[in-house]
Amino acid sequence: MKEIKCECGHVNPIGTVLCESCGKPIEGNQHIDGNDKKRLLNMRYDGTARRSQTFNKTFIDKVWAFFSSVKVGVWLIVLALIASILGTIFPQEQYIPINAPNRDPAVFYEAQYGIFGLIYYQLGFHNLYSSVWYMILIALIGVSLVICSLDRFLPLYKALKIQKPKKHKTFLSRQRLYSESENVTDKELKLVKERLAKMRYNITEENGNLLAEKGRFSRWGPYVNHIGLIIILIAAILRMTPIFYFEEYVWVREGETTVIPGTDGEYYIENIDFIFDVHDDEKFSEVLEKEGMVPSNYQTDLIVYRADTPLPGAEPELKPILEDSVQMNKPLEFDKFTIYQSGYQLNEFSSMTFAIQEKDNEDNEFGSFTIDLTNPESEYELDNGFRVVIDQYYPDYYLDENGVPASETNYPRNPAFVFLVYPPDENAPEISFVGIGRNVDATGENNYKLGIQDFDMRDVSGLSVKYDRSLPFFGIGAAIFMIGVIQGMYWQHRRIWINPNNGKVLLAAHTNKNWFGIKKEIEIAIKDTNITMVEDQQELDKSS
Amino acid sequence: MDKAEAKKRKKRNRLIYRSIILAVMVGAIIFAIVSNLQEDKTIYRVGDQAPDFQLKQVNKNNDQETITLSELRGKGVMLNFWGTWCKPCEKEMPYMQELYPEYKEKGIEIVAVSLDNTELVVDRFIDKYGLTFPIPHDKTEEVRDLYKVGPIPSTFFISPEGEIVEIVNGALSLEKLEGSLNKILP
Repeated sequence: MKEIKCECGHVNPIGTVLCESCGKPIEGNQHIDGNDKKRLLNMRYDGTARRSQTFNKTFIDKVWAFFSSVKVGVWLIVLALIASILGTIFPQEQYIPINAPNRDPAVFYEAQYGIFGLIYYQLGFHNLYSSVWYMILIALIGVSLVICSLDRFLPLYKALKIQKPKKHKTFLSRQRLYSESENVTDKELKLVKERLAKMRYNITEENGNLLAEKGRFSRWGPYVNHIGLIIILIAAILRMTPIFYFEEYVWVREGETTVIPGTDGEYYIENIDFIFDVHDDEKFSEVLEKEGMVPSNYQTDLIVYRADTPLPGAEPELKPILEDSVQMNKPLEFDKFTIYQSGYQLNEFSSMTFAIQEKDNEDNEFGSFTIDLTNPESEYELDNGFRVVIDQYYPDYYLDENGVPASETNYPRNPAFVFLVYPPDENAPEISFVGIGRNVDATGENNYKLGIQDFDMRDVSGLSVKYDRSLPFFGIGAAIFMIGVIQGMYWQHRRIWINPNNGKVLLAAHTNKNWFGIKKEIEIAIKDTNITMVEDQQELDKSS
Repeated sequence: MDKAEAKKRKKRNRLIYRSIILAVMVGAIIFAIVSNLQEDKTIYRVGDQAPDFQLKQVNKNNDQETITLSELRGKGVMLNFWGTWCKPCEKEMPYMQELYPEYKEKGIEIVAVSLDNTELVVDRFIDKYGLTFPIPHDKTEEVRDLYKVGPIPSTFFISPEGEIVEIVNGALSLEKLEGSLNKILP
């Protein structure tokens, strides 16, 4: 394939539509930009050659050409949209309800949703957003961004750099704004030139031909904002690696020390105290009476330990590395992690004290004992010879579907007991069922009953532990994106050509946006001169 | 001659630039995919070596004081995570106890890690079902985190060489249990 030499002498790359130097439409290539069908020239890329369209030899070139198509890019986005919608048809694996009969995905989807559920599971859609093919789809959009941008930016940059003030007559006459004028003096041209310069146009002159240009940098705006988007995409990819992102949630009860999940047993947190404050300032008293309780502070006083565990599950050796308070909106940092006060659970029972009483006369007591709900004993012996055995303990009591007592969770939120009370020197126990607000004598013949005398409660803190090193990258990407948007949208690229030709003065103008503005500026520049105001030739193409 | 050469060089340069750019992007994509899969490496899957741990054993019907997984090499291990409050866990316990004596002779060990907060409820449960296999107590849930166990019951069938042969989430039926135990016979 040969390169094209224009009649003005400039050699253009293959596929060029308008000569890079003088703008003359190159024969045989006008169909590329659709100029053969229109009266006005397509000025989107100044008629430069998008090389991928014409240079298609090797496999690499073919791949490049494929991705440089905006149509392909749009289709990729549409595909990503459809794929994302698919993931919302049935709940994703991590959102399978906790109380489903069987949470194994292999069983759940078919059981719950029938044949469609089975297909959904077998296609792997239950884990769609972290699947390889979804990631590849998003990555392909990124590839498309890069190649589309490069393929258009480089030729446009080169073309705008080497453009000359002298343009071919056809180029000028087929611009949207065009006028021909006669009897224009040199003095008038000089005046126009000065006025344009005052309006901050850069004037280039060559043999009497004028090019007044301003705002070229605005053309690069879209490419800058695409760079910003690419950076954001890179940040998103980086965030998928554990080096850049880590997040875990841990519940710690007051007084307990728990391992932070996901740290390989390296870190432990001890909850010293959970503090929950409400507003009680006098000045709010009226509002508070209406609204009730308004929280003012959620806080956990804690200690972070580093552990030297020989083996998971074995007794760790703990070294405190931080002792501080974390409050809601005031996170705590240690090593590479940040702790956030995230959730809480008030008033979990931690111990209960029972008194043995005469059944019909509560005031007659026979001693009491305290059960530590974190470590209840099997049997409690009182000094007066009474023995109480815990036959059953239900930390979170409820009656299941068969009416059988059971525990709903692992935590003492609603403790209930089946007690065997052995009076002194007796071998036959009395059976009592005791819970919160519940005291049942099964046989009806008991002499004794157990009354709740006292109890202790404790709170549970929900702490979120995380680090996210990708945030600065997102920030930079977003900032560059905004700069690109502003750069491209706030200013406009305006060019005015004034070429004397055979005694006439040809004036043509082009801008990428805001034609009204450039027309106004031309009016100002040519005021009171013999130069005719430009005609907006846009209508010529509209009628066709 | 010179012009043709210059053109050739230009074409070759273009090819090089495009190849490099494509190679960099493909490399980045592969890196991202591999990292994503690596992250799941901390989740132990079928084919991985089962990670070692050590826990206090609380079943009084069994005379082992602690259970260390690595010490069970040479035996097939059924590692079961459960809790007394969990209904499906309760359902499969009788089957486990039923098959235990027979398969213990054949070289299998059932290790049922309890996630309960208190030993008392575990003791009562053991009495109710007459369980004799070792029951380690994972009170701090550290071993649960190690195996990334989510909902329970969750069972890992481990070969005598320490490799995870099968992972079952959900209750096991008697037939399924026996089938899986047979897979890990030494």
